[in-house]
Amino acid sequence: MSSILTHRLFWPVVMLLVLFAINLVAFPGFFVIEVKDGHLFGSLVDIVRNGAPTLIIAVGMTLVIATRGIDLSVGAICAISGAVACSILLGSPNPGSVGTVVTAVVVAVVISLVLGVWNGFLVAVFGVQPIIATLILMTAGRGVAMLITEGQILTVNSPPFKVIGSGFLFGIPVAVLIAALIFTAAAVLTRRTALGMLIESVGINPEASRQAGVRSRGLLFTVYTFSALCAAIAGLVLTSNQTAADANNTGLFIELDAILAVVIGGTSLAGGRYSLAGTLVGALVIQTLVTTVYTVGIPPIATMVFKAAVVTAVCLLQSPTTNAVIASWRKPIAARFRKATV
Amino acid sequence: MRRVNGARSGTTRKHAARVAGIAAVAALAVTLSGCAGGGGDQAASGPKDAGDIVVGFAQVGAESGWRTANTKDIQRAFKDAGIELKFSDAQQKQENQIKAIRSYITQQVDVIAFSPVVETGWDAVLKEAKDAGIPVVLTDRAVDSEDETLYESFLGSDFIEEGKKAGQWVVEEYADQTEPVEIIQLEGTTGAAPAIDRAEGFAEVIGADEKFQVVASQTGDFTRAGGKQVAEALLKSNPGVDLIYAHNDDMGLGAIEAIEAAGMVPGQDIKIVTVDAVKDGMTALAEGKINFIVECSPLLGDQLVDIVKKVVAGEDVEKRIITEETTFTQEQAVEALPERQY
Repeated sequence: MSSILTHRLFWPVVMLLVLFAINLVAFPGFFVIEVKDGHLFGSLVDIVRNGAPTLIIAVGMTLVIATRGIDLSVGAICAISGAVACSILLGSPNPGSVGTVVTAVVVAVVISLVLGVWNGFLVAVFGVQPIIATLILMTAGRGVAMLITEGQILTVNSPPFKVIGSGFLFGIPVAVLIAALIFTAAAVLTRRTALGMLIESVGINPEASRQAGVRSRGLLFTVYTFSALCAAIAGLVLTSNQTAADANNTGLFIELDAILAVVIGGTSLAGGRYSLAGTLVGALVIQTLVTTVYTVGIPPIATMVFKAAVVTAVCLLQSPTTNAVIASWRKPIAARFRKATV
Repeated sequence: MRRVNGARSGTTRKHAARVAGIAAVAALAVTLSGCAGGGGDQAASGPKDAGDIVVGFAQVGAESGWRTANTKDIQRAFKDAGIELKFSDAQQKQENQIKAIRSYITQQVDVIAFSPVVETGWDAVLKEAKDAGIPVVLTDRAVDSEDETLYESFLGSDFIEEGKKAGQWVVEEYADQTEPVEIIQLEGTTGAAPAIDRAEGFAEVIGADEKFQVVASQTGDFTRAGGKQVAEALLKSNPGVDLIYAHNDDMGLGAIEAIEAAGMVPGQDIKIVTVDAVKDGMTALAEGKINFIVECSPLLGDQLVDIVKKVVAGEDVEKRIITEETTFTQEQAVEALPERQY
């Protein structure tokens, strides 16, 4: 019992269940999942599908944060990847063909990988503080996206492209499958090999790990490039879902949501130990929170305050001080309980 | 070249990062506001030729096709009139707009025109403009200020009237129905004048009959993605809904996708009324997916040029000038669509 209570995912999971309960009270059909037109349909499906982009980015962010870094540029990379894909689709004579869509997706991903290498270059080679290094692309990146779209919202009508964000495969949203794939790939690659440990060692003490023979520079390049890859894919999902590239709004503030998901999941911003499972729970908490605002009918002017209150609650519950206080309460109660039963 | 010495303590690193971050942001702000060119001498007497007039325009951003059309029309009109236009894009942020206005004051332009992102918080910067002797013209959106002398004129749509027009169509459409009509309202950006006024005008007209019930009202931030996500959640928690009233076309287009995903037919199972009449919206109206659109015309460039000329010549202008607008049914949309510029 006490091992469950002290598990670092305990409070985030409790928060998620509390949010589910609130939704159930406000809307009794919350847990109902039906099959409509051959695909799954229900509030929970929406939460997972709309939360997919945040989760995809948060997975990349988790690894970056584990190296004691941060990537603020992911939102801008989302916008760039969407803008590139849509302008290629619009520029082609046949935007509805699968070949064109594959080209658009590949080009968008490759360009984003270059941006990721740029971030990695600034951090690993020039030793620029990660927050500064990625701030450059965060501010400039939206401008680049604006240049690509020429300040317009590019609406595309391409059925194969639409599948990425709002299509279904075997009844499951494609966006969710993509997120699951990236999550599993990251988990297997870092946890079934020594990669995860090496990333953590760079985050805990870069100098010591360098002297121990860990090639921290290569690792930093890898995590920033992977983060940009995740951002590119999330950008394609978002753009496909709204069938338009919107340089101003696509992925706006998603870097903050992703960082929040990582933090709610118990990964410390000081680097080192990280938890991908925690990030998954964190991303679900954030998206459920958004849905809760709609189902409960919280007035728009109070939305921000409500979200802030919930996030504050999660962070306070997770803090070491709170846990120490709770542990000190538990001890005498457990001792008394033991006495009573003897 | 190497990464920062790992032996240094975490707090020092964090502090250094924060200081560096603030420095970078400050440097950025300086470059942004520092791009001001030299201003002309304002003391020159007598009426100015059109060629000598300099106008500073602070646009909201490029959040929709409507806004882009608005920007293009204003730029065209000033170019045709031979008046120099300094243009800035605030990317939907009030602080950027205030910065732009301050820079126009430093540059001593002849007239400042802008579309306020939100209604409140403009008194200080407008006072600065007034003290500097620069007249201000508001376009498209109003400010909420007790001191009306802070601006010369407000040119734009009457958003309350637009809300009323939408409401009147709803009242006529359901004139024969006695059962309650359930309505979902997708609001614009919280605090923006069109969001507040379109809600007010609509509520005023439908409020006369108790059968009209707004069962849910949430903000979709005037974006397609926002409209889709809000509609998805609200359609599930309010299964009996008859009509969606969206404060702009983009949110209405998002709602169409949510309705289709729920296995219903937009325009038939659930009726949709929107405001704006941009091309994408008109296309959906012509296809029967939207039922009625109230026009909100972005083509106010020529009217703005007239006002600027009068203000510079010292003539009186009306405090409130309303742009000419109409409404569209599905049949009218089919006819008007081929000539739609934006």
